[in-house]
Amino acid sequence: MSNQRRFFFNVDWVTVFIYLALCTIGLLNIYSAVYDERHASLLDTHATYGRQFIFIIVAFVVAGIILLLESRFITALAPVFYVMTVLLLLLVLVIGHNIGGNQAWINLGGGFKLQPSEFAKFTTCLLLARYLSGPNVRVTELRSFGIAALIIGVPMFLILRQPDVGSTLVFVSLIFVLYREGLSPYFLIIGFLLIVLFITSILYNPVWVMVIIAAAGSLIIWMFRRKKRFVYTIAAGAAICIAFVFSVKFIYNKVLQPHQKVRIDIVLGIKSDPKGKGYNVNQSKIAIGSGKLWGKGYMHGTQTKYSFVPEQSTDFIFCTVGEEWGFAGSVTVIGLFLFMVLRLIMIAERQRSPFSRIYGYGVASVIFFHVMINIGMAIGLVPVIGIPLPFISYGGSSLLSFTILLFVLIKLDSNRMGIV
Amino acid sequence: MNSFFERRYVIAGIFITIIIIILARLFFIQIVDNRYAVYASNNVRRQIIQYPARGPILDRNGKILVQNEAFYDIMVVPKDVKPFDTVEFCKLLGIDRDGFDKRWEKAIKYSRYLASPFEKQLTAQAYASIQERLSEFPGFYSVPRYLRNYPDSVAAQFLGYIGEVQDRDIKRSNGYYHQGDFIGITGVEKSYEKILRGQRGVQNWLYDSHNKRQGHYANGMYDTAAVAGQRLTSSLDLTIQKFGEKLMQNKVGSIVAIEPSTGEILCYVSSPTYDPNLMVGRERGNNAAKMWADPYNPFFVRPIQARYPPGSSFKPLSALIALQEGIITPQTTYNCPGYYMAGNQRIKCTHVHGVVNLSGAVAGSCNGYFDMVFQRIMDRLGPRKAEQTFAEWRKNVMKFGLGNKLDLDISGESRGNVPTPLYYDNKYQKGAWRSSTIISLAIGQGELLATPLQLANIECTIANHGFFYKPHLIKAIGAKNVIEKEYLERNYVGIDSQYFEPVIDGMQAVVDHGTGIQSKIPGIVMCGKTGTAQNPGGENHSVFVAFAPREHPKIAIAVVVENSGEGAHWAAPIASFIVEKYLRGYVSPRASGITPEHFENANRLPDLEYELKLRARRLHYDSIRKARRDSLAKIKALKSAEEKKKEE
Repeated sequence: MSNQRRFFFNVDWVTVFIYLALCTIGLLNIYSAVYDERHASLLDTHATYGRQFIFIIVAFVVAGIILLLESRFITALAPVFYVMTVLLLLLVLVIGHNIGGNQAWINLGGGFKLQPSEFAKFTTCLLLARYLSGPNVRVTELRSFGIAALIIGVPMFLILRQPDVGSTLVFVSLIFVLYREGLSPYFLIIGFLLIVLFITSILYNPVWVMVIIAAAGSLIIWMFRRKKRFVYTIAAGAAICIAFVFSVKFIYNKVLQPHQKVRIDIVLGIKSDPKGKGYNVNQSKIAIGSGKLWGKGYMHGTQTKYSFVPEQSTDFIFCTVGEEWGFAGSVTVIGLFLFMVLRLIMIAERQRSPFSRIYGYGVASVIFFHVMINIGMAIGLVPVIGIPLPFISYGGSSLLSFTILLFVLIKLDSNRMGIV
Repeated sequence: MNSFFERRYVIAGIFITIIIIILARLFFIQIVDNRYAVYASNNVRRQIIQYPARGPILDRNGKILVQNEAFYDIMVVPKDVKPFDTVEFCKLLGIDRDGFDKRWEKAIKYSRYLASPFEKQLTAQAYASIQERLSEFPGFYSVPRYLRNYPDSVAAQFLGYIGEVQDRDIKRSNGYYHQGDFIGITGVEKSYEKILRGQRGVQNWLYDSHNKRQGHYANGMYDTAAVAGQRLTSSLDLTIQKFGEKLMQNKVGSIVAIEPSTGEILCYVSSPTYDPNLMVGRERGNNAAKMWADPYNPFFVRPIQARYPPGSSFKPLSALIALQEGIITPQTTYNCPGYYMAGNQRIKCTHVHGVVNLSGAVAGSCNGYFDMVFQRIMDRLGPRKAEQTFAEWRKNVMKFGLGNKLDLDISGESRGNVPTPLYYDNKYQKGAWRSSTIISLAIGQGELLATPLQLANIECTIANHGFFYKPHLIKAIGAKNVIEKEYLERNYVGIDSQYFEPVIDGMQAVVDHGTGIQSKIPGIVMCGKTGTAQNPGGENHSVFVAFAPREHPKIAIAVVVENSGEGAHWAAPIASFIVEKYLRGYVSPRASGITPEHFENANRLPDLEYELKLRARRLHYDSIRKARRDSLAKIKALKSAEEKKKEE
């Protein structure tokens, strides 16, 4: 009995409350976005929102089960879960169900489909934590780094085969986990630099970009000519940058798919095609922008109600928030997410076991990356990449996998006084 | 806890920075940038304009002159069209395959999702046969449209016509008109446009992304209903208008009849005329082109635009001015030897009248008598003061409405002409002209020009013994029959009523036993005056002015038949028929044996060859005049520009 009380006392209720709030906001906005007069009830399972309601109930049950499990069980089975998802990812490439160009679903019958890539995020985080928390493992060492990269890389590669670029990119966010565990900050800086260089070389003549990099590099080298090591680093960096710029045009034209190119062009403002390729983003921006400060009121959004915005219950669910609840609602939702992510970092840092800490960072990074890409896409900051908004977008696999992801951390956290 | 503990702050910092960027972007598109709200409303909101029915125009007795007739446009929405039997459909509409393809391409070019007219302006009869079967062809539907319809095909020049607005109309209207709207172009349709057109209504509808109508915008809060145009009651009498047009067929000229006690125009005939129905519907363009090419120019509104020398019909007015000035009395006599000596020029009179007094001179149309009167007026201050006395005389004449617009409620009125002293100064040099120089004015010739409307108005003034009401064509506006205030005011011409009797005596005698005896109406006392307007290079114009009955006059009339010689022969009989028809409702057999049928069937159209030559010459002169005017304007502009420079 005392065990039980201690158990509930240790659960981080703040996170759970934010989770419940986001799920509720999601359900209400899905109801508004795809409201169907023939199935007016929120609980009508013929409609999208009715099904989402079932998903939420299932997610709650799963969350409860996770809280009742032994922590050791989760840690021990991490490799098993990982192997299972990898197998599923392979399976989906063979017998998968193709929706919208992505072979990402396995049909379970009864209208329910499983999306293994959603669960891969969880199992990858778990195995990564398990590996990095092991003895004699340091990310700074090449061997450890290689194995960590392999753990992240295998599901990435399989998901890219579907090809689901959005879900693939999510794994990139795990670089924050590696950074926290000691990865050189140069990785972050170079990653950031490469993004900037990619954009500038598309926007401007690559030759000029290279000239400017060379000039800036020489200037810095001249200024710090006494510090030999630094000079080498900068020289190497500049060389990499120039090589990258040199290859940008090639990557852009040969590696990327035409529709991806167009999406990038639209975000960068090179192309404007509000009726064709840019229709989604344009209508999404109109929906959010027309919400003004207080929004048009619940169920009164014209953009979503009259289906100008596509994918309004899944990838573009934030349009409904922006249009019907306005800037105030948007800030509230984004604020909840930021609060949750910062809270998760706090939780991760208060863990005694490295496993829990690493896993906590994984959860925070994955959730944050989803929020950033999904909302950024809806407001035209990021090219269109179809990934859901955690807890809010419609979809059973997504909701369930995020719930598992989150509640495993909550479970680990509730046990933080014990030894895992 | 390990050595990289502080890196949590770096990671949290990166997360917070990115969130701030997102929030800033949201703030910009949601709060700062207003465009998105406009786009969103444009996405869903469509304004559908509700066209009001144009007001009808009635005659004075409530009979319809113009009404609206429903026509049907067959509309098409290409997206909704399903495969169908094109042959059958073409047969139904009465078009061939080529025509179908052309229309179809045009519709697709316009829009796949929006409706555009496939076939325009089907008549009600044509539509009746299509109506039932149209539902077999999804994507096609009909829209009723209202076009003008003239049941009696009369009074074309009075009613005018409507047509699609031009760009300048749209600009001038401050956004009232849109492309494709109709506007009055001539006649009443033009001058009463604002009353007739009514008020357009607007409905705001919500549409979804598939262009399906979803409901009223803001529950119809911003919707307005169309208000139909008000009806106009014209002063015309349909019966005599029709009768007049019949009498004037195959003749060039006009009839204007006015009710003296109100100034309401009863009859407004411009001949040759046209069927106003020709200016409506699908053949409108072709018909209009044909009429523009017609050498008799049916679009020329003769009652107000044609100018004739009034001829002898001017004499009563001349006499009245002299009486008022005290130059003569009704008893003043003149011994007419068959001519009149003005200075050293000899002016022929119609015949030897012997000794005539005022009434006799009017009755016999004695040129000599009125030349004498005119010279006495001009020379009353001595022969060298003609300029001063002429200016006074001119002022008196103009009080009757000559030489000025009468402000009819239809635009395009001509002023006529009463020459100014300056005109003669320019023509003869200052001080070099005398009463004898301008003596032809005495008998309504010379530079004097009047429109038929002005002539009829003079008769009104005589019938009223000294005043007239502004002539007008629209008697009352709307269902409440509003009468404009200016039409209730009397315009006095500055002649005491006592002076009218002797003149009217003379005018009665004209019809009773004078020049107009042929046109005497049994049982009705008509007072009139024949006139023969000189037409340089053609047969003279036949003019007759009259009012009737003498006591409590009900109608004043002016008739001009061009190229038909003396007033007594053509204009007077026509006038008498109209007068009798108006007063009695029928035309009784005349002692002289004239019948309306004879006049209806007579053809007095002038020789076309001659007419065309004349017009060519006129065009030539016009172009010279235009060139001169343009060059003068240029010089003026240059001068004013120079002055401006100097000022600076």
